[in-house]
Amino acid sequence: MTEKSSIVTENPWASLKRHTNARIGLGRVGISQPTDKQLAFQLSHALARDAVHIPLDLMRLAGELIDAGLEVIALHSRAGDRQTYLKRPDFGRRLDGDSAARLKTFAEGETASDACIVIADGLSSTAVQSHAGEMARRVDSALKAEGLSVGPVCIVEQGRVAIGDEIGELLGARLLVLLVGERPGLSSPDSLGIYYTYGPRVGLTDAARNCISNVRPAGLPLAESCERLMWLIRESQRRKLSGVTLKDESGDADALDGTGSRNFLLE
Amino acid sequence: MAYSIDLGGNRYRFTDLKSLMAKATPLRSGDCLAGIAAENASERVAAQLCLAEVPLKRFLEEPLIPYESDEVTRLIIDSHNRQAFAPVSHLSVGEFRNWLLSERATTPVLQALAPGLTPEMVAAVSKIMRVQDLILVAAKCEVVTRFRNTVGLKGRMSTRLQPNHPTDDPAGVAASLLDGLLYGNGDAVLGINPATDNYHAVTRLMQLLDDVIQRYEIPTQSCVLTHVTTHLEAINRGAPVDLVFQSIAGTQAANDSFGINLAILDEAHRAALELGRGTLGNNVMYFETGQGSALSANAHQGVDQQTCEVRAYAVARRFDPFLVNTVVGFIGPEYLYDGKQIIRAGLEDHFCGKLLGVPMGCDICYTNHAEADQDDMDMLLTLLGTAGINFIMGIPGSDDIMLNYQTTSFHDALYARQVLGKKPAPEFEAWLQRMGIFDGEGRLATGNQLPAPFAHIADRL
Repeated sequence: MTEKSSIVTENPWASLKRHTNARIGLGRVGISQPTDKQLAFQLSHALARDAVHIPLDLMRLAGELIDAGLEVIALHSRAGDRQTYLKRPDFGRRLDGDSAARLKTFAEGETASDACIVIADGLSSTAVQSHAGEMARRVDSALKAEGLSVGPVCIVEQGRVAIGDEIGELLGARLLVLLVGERPGLSSPDSLGIYYTYGPRVGLTDAARNCISNVRPAGLPLAESCERLMWLIRESQRRKLSGVTLKDESGDADALDGTGSRNFLLE
Repeated sequence: MAYSIDLGGNRYRFTDLKSLMAKATPLRSGDCLAGIAAENASERVAAQLCLAEVPLKRFLEEPLIPYESDEVTRLIIDSHNRQAFAPVSHLSVGEFRNWLLSERATTPVLQALAPGLTPEMVAAVSKIMRVQDLILVAAKCEVVTRFRNTVGLKGRMSTRLQPNHPTDDPAGVAASLLDGLLYGNGDAVLGINPATDNYHAVTRLMQLLDDVIQRYEIPTQSCVLTHVTTHLEAINRGAPVDLVFQSIAGTQAANDSFGINLAILDEAHRAALELGRGTLGNNVMYFETGQGSALSANAHQGVDQQTCEVRAYAVARRFDPFLVNTVVGFIGPEYLYDGKQIIRAGLEDHFCGKLLGVPMGCDICYTNHAEADQDDMDMLLTLLGTAGINFIMGIPGSDDIMLNYQTTSFHDALYARQVLGKKPAPEFEAWLQRMGIFDGEGRLATGNQLPAPFAHIADRL
C-alpha cells in the first residue's frame, strides 16, 4: 500500500462523489486509471451484461398487480426469444398472432376505456421487475382520479416502445401510457422509461410520443414521474396531441430547486 | 438503371444504384435487418467491383432517394458545386479512391474539393476502402471551426465534457464538470444531455453552464442537448444559448420523425447567429448523427445505413456547424452488432464527414446489449486519434449515468493525446496552464491540492 501512495495520485475532490453516482475523482497513475478503479468498472460491465439477459418474471409482476386489484393481460411480441429481440427490433414492436387475437377478443367484449397502461420488459427486466408494478398502480390511480376510465394492464414480454401503439389501437384507447425497461447503465441497471401517446395507432414515430426517462428511486422518483406524466396528460387532453409539440413545462424553476442542491463552483 | 458484372462464370445483377450501394457495404447488422445487405461475401465483393466502375457523375444523375419527394436530396443536388467538382468529375469511384490516396490530394486540394462532393459519392468510395485508407485520407483533411475557441486544427484533439446527471442535479452536474476540467477536458463544448425536455430544467442547466464559463473565464462554449424547438424557445425567452443542438438524419422522413425539417433548422440557425455570442467565429450549431437512425425511424427508403448517415452530413454542412458528432455505438446491436462493426463505422463516418468538409467528432461508445467492450473503444479511439478526429467525448470513468451507455473517459482523452502527441484547442490549452491544471509542458499538474482558482471549493469537500 505504501507503493500505491507513491505511484497513484489521488484527487482531493473525490469527496464530491456524495453529489453524484458518476465515476469522478478516480485518481490517476500517470494519466491512466488506477488498477482498483479499472477492475471495478469491469465488474459493473459484467453485471450489466448479465442483467440484459435475465428474463422478466412475468407471473410475479402480474401477481403483484392482481393483488392490488388490477386486471392483467399477458402478451408476447413477435420476438420469440432475447437473441431475436436484440437483432430484430421490428419483431419487438408488434404482437405475435396469438396475443393480437386474444386482445381483439377482449376488446370486442368490453367498452373501450379512455386510457390503457402497457408494461414492456424492454432492455432491463430488472427495472420492470423492481418498479413497473408500483408505477402502474400509481398511474392507474392518478388517471382514475382525473375521471378517466382505465383498461387492464397489458404486460408484454420481449416488447419495445412502439408495441404500445398496436395495443392501444386494438383496445380503442385514447391515451397510452407505456412503461419499459431502459438500457441498463453501469450504475443504473433499474431505470424505467415512461412513454405517453395521445391517440395510439400502429405506425406512429417517436415524434408523437413524450418520454420521461430514468425513472427509479435513485433517479427521477416514481411520485414525481407520475406528477410529470399527469401534467402531460392534462395538457395533451386539452390540446388533443402528444409528442414534440407538447413541451413539458410542469413546475417552475423554483419548484425544481426544492432539493436545495447548489452549484458549488459559483460559491 | 441496372448494374451487372460477370465473375467466375456467375453473373451478378443489381437492380439500381441504391441496391448496388447497399450490397457493396461491408457487413453490418442494420443492413441485414433492412433486408438490403449482400447475400454472401462473393456478392458483396462483386458489388464493390461493380461500384468501382461507376462514374462519380452518375450520382448526380441517379439520386438514391427521389428529388421530388425528399428535401435532403434536393439540398444535395441544388447545393452541388460543379466548379469544385471539376478536378474529379471524370473519375469513377475506383479511380477516385486512387486519387484520394495519391499525393495529389493534399490538405488544401481536399478542402477546395469538399463542396463538389455529394454524400453518395463519398459513401461509395468509402465502401471500397480499408481501415487504413479511411485513416490516411481523413488525416489529410482539416476542418476548423470557431466559437470561443478553435477546434479541428491539426495536432489538436478536443473533448466534449459531458457532465450528465440522472436528475439534472446542480451539485451533481458541477461535480462532474469540475472533475472534467481538472482532467483537461471540455474544449469542444460543455454539453449536457438533460434528463427531461422540461423547459425550466433545460434553461436552468443552460444558466448553470454559462455561469461556470463566465466565472472561470473558460474559453469554451456550452450546450444543453435538447430539441431544436426548445432552443428556439429558450433564445426567445433570453436564456444563455451558445450552441444550438439537434439530432439529424439523412432522409426527410427520418428528420420528420425527429420533429424537424430544413426550415426549422434554418430558423434556429439564424436565431443563434443573431445572438452573436461567439467571440472567435460564427459556427453555432451542434449536430448529432449515427448510422441506423433512418432505419430505426423506418425512413431509410431502401438506402443502406452508411449512405443515409453520410446524407445527414449534407444537412449538417448546410448550417456551418461548430461540431458534428457521430454517436456511433449508441444505437445498439441491431444496427452495429459488435466491436468490429462499430470500429469500422466510426472510421467511415469520420472519413466521410471530413471529406465533405464537416467538423467531425465521434462519441466512441457502446451499450450494454452490444457485443463490445472497453478494448474495442480503445482501438477506435486510437484509430480516430490517428485519423485526426476533431473531438471525442469525455465523461467520468466512461460511465454515462444518465444515458446508460459507455463512452470515452477523461483519462482516455489524456491517453490519446499523450500517445499521439495531441494538444487541446490552443485557447483552452493556454487556459489550462493559466489555471495550473496543466504544467508548462502540457502535462497534467494536479496533485494533492486543488489548483489555486478552485481552492475556494476546498470548504465544500
